[in-house]
Amino acid sequence: MTISSAASTDKAGHSVGPPLWLLAELTYRCPLQCPYCSNPLDFAQTEKELTTDEWVQVLRQGREMGAAQLGFSGGEPLVRPDLEELIAEARSLGYYTNLITSGLGLTEAKVNAFAAAGLDHIQVSFQASDPELNNAIAGSRKAFEQKLKMARAVKEAGYPMVLNFVVHRHNIHQMKDIMSLCERLDADFVELATCQYYGWALENREGLMPSKAQLERAEAEVNEFRAQLEASGSHMKLIFVTPDYYEERPKACMNGWGSLFLTVAPDGTALPCHSARLLPIEFPNVRDTHLKSVWYDSPGFNHYRGDAWMPEPCRSCDEKDKDFGGCRCQAYLLTGNADNADPVCSKSSYHDRILAARKAADHATVGIADLTYRNAENSRLFFKS
Amino acid sequence: MANVLRFRRGFRFQWEPAQQCHVLLYPEGMVKLNESAGAILQEVDGERSVAELVAVLEQKFPEAGALANDVCEFLEHACNQHWLEVS
Ligand code: SF4
Ligand code: SF4
Repeated sequence: MTISSAASTDKAGHSVGPPLWLLAELTYRCPLQCPYCSNPLDFAQTEKELTTDEWVQVLRQGREMGAAQLGFSGGEPLVRPDLEELIAEARSLGYYTNLITSGLGLTEAKVNAFAAAGLDHIQVSFQASDPELNNAIAGSRKAFEQKLKMARAVKEAGYPMVLNFVVHRHNIHQMKDIMSLCERLDADFVELATCQYYGWALENREGLMPSKAQLERAEAEVNEFRAQLEASGSHMKLIFVTPDYYEERPKACMNGWGSLFLTVAPDGTALPCHSARLLPIEFPNVRDTHLKSVWYDSPGFNHYRGDAWMPEPCRSCDEKDKDFGGCRCQAYLLTGNADNADPVCSKSSYHDRILAARKAADHATVGIADLTYRNAENSRLFFKS
Repeated sequence: MANVLRFRRGFRFQWEPAQQCHVLLYPEGMVKLNESAGAILQEVDGERSVAELVAVLEQKFPEAGALANDVCEFLEHACNQHWLEVS
């Protein structure tokens, strides 16, 4: 999410502001099997999902604290039969409500019913610009056609249309086709996001990460397309999220730990970002903790606030207010210690691991069929071992 | 000045008590508005022309003097950002 400000806001000091963005991961259930899914590897082990009433409590508490943006995601949020009810509740509380869906399980009737309930926006995610590749990656034979149909229905119902494509080495050559498809569908916002390598995507990194050459070509194509859009006065906005593995400085992950984002996982675990669950840190559960104390008081949320926790090289670095030392999950996954600088940073003594991944991307031969797909069977392998 | 502006579909303008400011919400994003931006956008209703909007604001803030230039400049910015469109 982008937050820009027409007013001058005070970024200094470490006083904790309210969580402005609440992500409700309603379920880990999903009919698709994307090999870059951000759900935990052991999602199949997850405890019981929150009930409707429990979600309503979470929504109320979050709104009271000042959350304004609400995302319903998953898994596939459409598998929850109470979705419409939750949308209506959220909208009446004053949230801007976003539904992040694969489009599977969506129908025209639902698109319209959700609009009537007050849903502000539906984001449909695609896996590629043609059915064959799309369906191979999604692990489903009829996904593409359904997605197209639903994208059209979303537009017809008058929603702003946001299309999301996860970009990787097997579809990055389709950039031009993807962008023209979006234009044909009259999308308002298009997110072309390369995978972030946690969870399933890290398992599959070699088979997903584009090479430098692929990336440069794609960037040039996006820039060219964007220039054309601007010249024609088009309202379509194009965002290309490139992999941080090709940067020398990490991203300012989540705008700072516990500064804007609050994720609630299907079982009620509250997290500063949706992948934080993999960290060796204890996080509170909304079933027994009020969202206010989750956010302001819990050790989990306070763990990486401010900068007192930073070891070198971040501690004495003059860029620490800019990137907060990068992503804690990436630091943990690649260096074994979540306190470390994100190894994307060239000042990190583990930066060679990023360089090695770049090199591997130049020669990778992993095919689409060789990827580990996100499904319950594979997931069980992860928590048995 | 004769144009009538309205918020583009999917863009919602509202007061946020927790932030003590007006904000503009849109798919997965939010702009915090300063006081004058908030005051101007508050008058955008899809019915009044820009000229009428200026008149309303000048009446509301008599101490601010002539506002046409500032208001038009801001509204142009808002249209370029595709927050507003001509209705
Ligand atoms: S990334 Fe794919 S598998 Fe994971 S929840 Fe989304 S659609 Fe389902
Ligand atoms: S050393 Fe740490 S704070 Fe400095 S740029 Fe690298 S990651 Fe950021």
